[in-house]
Amino acid sequence: MKQAIKILTVLMCCITQQTFAQVAETALVKGGTFVPQYGVSEEKSIRIADFVMDTAPVTHAQYLQFVQEYPQWKKSKVRRLFADGSYLKNWSGDSLPPKELLHAPVTHISWYAAKACCECMGKRLPTTNEWEYAAMASDKKRDARKDSLYNANIMAAYETRQTYLKNTGNGTPNYWGIYDLNELVWEWTSDFNAVMLSGENRDNNDKNLFCGAGSLNATDLMNYTAFLRYAFRNSIKANYNIASLGFRCVK
Amino acid sequence: MRLLFNILKNIKTTKNKILKTMIHIKKVMTAGVMVMFALACNQNSNTSAGNKTVAADIVASGTMTAELTSPPFVPKPVGKRAATKLIVDMEVVEKEGELADGVRYVFWTFGGTVPGSFIRGRVGDEVEFTLKNHPDNKLPHNIDLHSVTGQGGGAEASFVAPGQQKTFKFKLINPGLYVYHCATAPVGMHIANGMYGLILVEPEGGLPPVDREYYVMQGDFYTKGKHGDQGLQPFDMQKAYDEQPDYVLFNGSKGALTGDNKLTAKTGETVRLFVGNGGPNLVSSFHVIGEIFDRVYMEGGSAVNKNVQTTLIPAGGSAIVEFKAEVPSNLILVDHSLFRTFNKGALGILTVEGEKNIRVFEGEVLEGIYNPEGATIHEVPVAGNGAGSAKALSHSEKMEMGKRIYNTSCFACHQASGEGIANAFPPLAKSDYLNENAERAIKTVLYGLSGEITVNGKKYNSQMPAQRLNDREIASVLTYIYSSWGNNKTEIAEEQVNKQRK
Repeated sequence: MKQAIKILTVLMCCITQQTFAQVAETALVKGGTFVPQYGVSEEKSIRIADFVMDTAPVTHAQYLQFVQEYPQWKKSKVRRLFADGSYLKNWSGDSLPPKELLHAPVTHISWYAAKACCECMGKRLPTTNEWEYAAMASDKKRDARKDSLYNANIMAAYETRQTYLKNTGNGTPNYWGIYDLNELVWEWTSDFNAVMLSGENRDNNDKNLFCGAGSLNATDLMNYTAFLRYAFRNSIKANYNIASLGFRCVK
Repeated sequence: MRLLFNILKNIKTTKNKILKTMIHIKKVMTAGVMVMFALACNQNSNTSAGNKTVAADIVASGTMTAELTSPPFVPKPVGKRAATKLIVDMEVVEKEGELADGVRYVFWTFGGTVPGSFIRGRVGDEVEFTLKNHPDNKLPHNIDLHSVTGQGGGAEASFVAPGQQKTFKFKLINPGLYVYHCATAPVGMHIANGMYGLILVEPEGGLPPVDREYYVMQGDFYTKGKHGDQGLQPFDMQKAYDEQPDYVLFNGSKGALTGDNKLTAKTGETVRLFVGNGGPNLVSSFHVIGEIFDRVYMEGGSAVNKNVQTTLIPAGGSAIVEFKAEVPSNLILVDHSLFRTFNKGALGILTVEGEKNIRVFEGEVLEGIYNPEGATIHEVPVAGNGAGSAKALSHSEKMEMGKRIYNTSCFACHQASGEGIANAFPPLAKSDYLNENAERAIKTVLYGLSGEITVNGKKYNSQMPAQRLNDREIASVLTYIYSSWGNNKTEIAEEQVNKQRK
C-alpha cells in the first residue's frame, strides 16, 4: 500500500505542476474516420476527434529540461519499476545527454517516462489509433496507405539502421505539417499493448502476430509497414528502454 | 482484396466447426496411432511412433554449450555421446552485407550470417535456447525451430524486442535436419531478409561418419533494383508478393561458395551436404553437376533414397545428400531451375582434387567432324593460310575480331577478364606462361594442350581442345589476348600462325 501511494505521488506531481517551460511546435490534425490495421472487427471504421500533435519527436535537449525540472526522472533517480537498466543508456550522467544528439529524438525512454514527460507539459501520449491516423498521411494526402511510393519510402526508412542519430525536422512535413513520424524512431503510444497480439503469428487464436495468423485480423494484408509497427509495439513492455524508440505528445 | 476479406471472414465463422472436426479427427488419429503403436511394440518397436515416445523419456545428463558454426561449416558430430542439456546462445543481428559484387543489402540474421549459425544436437537433448536481440536492431524478432514440438516451434516463447533476450526450453524428440526461421509479422519479409538456418538432430549414436560435411542453404531475395544494380538495395515488397526474386542464392551471397570460398574435397572422400531452403517463396531442385547423390535423406527425414540426380527441397525444408567424390573435377552446386543458376546467382563450386580415375571418367578421347554424308572422321577443311582473302588486318580490326572470337570460343573457361578458374583453367591475364612464348601460344590454340603446366606459380593439369579457327581468326584472338589484361602486347601475324601448321 505504501508502495502504491509512493508511485501515485511520483505520477501525480507532474499533473499538478505545469511550470515545465517546454514549448514544442505543434500542428492540428483534423479528425475523421479511418480503418486501422488492427483493433476493429468486421472492417468497421473508427472515428478520431481533432487533436494537436507535436510536429517532431521529443529531443534529448527537451528531455534534459524535463529531468532538470522533475529530478525523479533523472537517470540515477528513476525507479526500476518505471524504467529498466537501459533508461537513458547513452547519457553519461544525469544532465549529460550525448552532445551530438541534442537535437535528435531522445530514446532509451520507457513508456512511464514518456507518459510523465508529456503530462508535465500538459499533454499526453497519442493513442495508437491517433498516431496511425496522423502517420497515414503523405505530404499531399490525408490517407496515402494505398500509395506505393509512400509505402516504399517508409519501408526504406525502417530498413535504414541507426536513424535515431539524426536530427528531427529535417525531412518533408506530411499533410498535417508533422515531421519524422516514420523516419527516425518508433514512438510510444498510450495504449501500445491494447491490440492484444501474442507472439505467435500463425495459430488461429485471435491475438496473434506471427507467420500466417498476423494476417487473420488485419485489415490490409499488403500494408507491410503497419505489420512491422504493430509487431514492434507488441514486443515491448512499459518499462523497456530501446535505442530506436522515442515519443512525441498530443493535446 | 475483397475476396481475401471474404475468405478470412469465412475462416472465422467456420473456425469453430473446423475446430470441432479437428478434435474429432485428432481423437480418431490418436486411437489409430495407439493401435499402431501397440502393434509395433508387439512386432518390432523400431517405428517412428515408438521412437518418439521413447525419445521424450530419454534422460538428459550433464550440461554442454552447443558449438555454433557459420556456413558453410558444421559443428562436430555428436558421435556416441549421451543426451545432455544443451545450451544454445543465439544473437539476432541486423547488418549491412554484400548480396553480390557491389550490391549491398540490409540482412536480418541469426548469429550474423545468412543462413544463421548451424545447430547440432541429438535425440533426447534438452535444449535451453536463449535468443538475444541486439540493442542496435530496429525490430522485434523470434525463432520458430521446426525441430520443436510445441506452440509455434518456440515462436511465441522467444518473441523479443531490441535490446532484450528470452530463454525457452524444449526437448529434441525427432531426428532429422530441420529449418529454423523468424516468425514475426510480416514473416515473409523477415525470411526474405535472411532469417533462417538449420538445426540437425542426430539419432542416438550419430549419423554414420563421413570425410567432409558442409552447410548450404538456398534463399530468394527481392531488391528494388534489377539483378546487378549497384549500391544499397532496399527490400521490394511487391516483387516478394509476386514471387519474382532478383537473386536466388546459396548462403546469402553470390560469391559465398565460389572463388576463394568454394568448398573442397579429395578424391575418394565421402561428402555430406546439409542442404536447406529458406525460401521464402521458391522450391529448390537441388543438383550437383558432375555427381550423383549416393544417398539422400529425403526432406531431411529418415527415409533414404539412393542414386538420385536432383532432389526437391521445399521452402522451409531440407535434405541431407551424400556422395563419394570419385574423380578430380569442379562440381557445380545448382538449383536446376536453371535461370536461377545462370541469371540469379544460385551457384556454388565444390572442387575435388586428387588422382584421376579413368575407369570412372576418361574425359574427351576423340574429337572429329560429324559428317552425315560420309561415315569417316577427318580433319576440318579450314581455310588454313587465309590465302585468297584480302590484305592483312590492322591492329584494331584484329582487336575487334579477336574480342568476338574470345567471347564465343574462349571465355567459358578462361572467363570474361582472362582470370580463368582456379585449379581448373589457367588465367590468361598477366600470364607468365602466355607472355614468355608466343609460338607456344599459337600451337596451343591450333592443337590444344593437355598435361601439367605451371602458370603464375600454380599447377594446372587439364585439357584444352584444339580450336577450329583459321589463321586470321587465331592471329586476331591471340593479338586481342596479348593486348588485354596486363599482357605484353605481342601482335600476332597470320603468317606466324600459318608457320606452325604442319
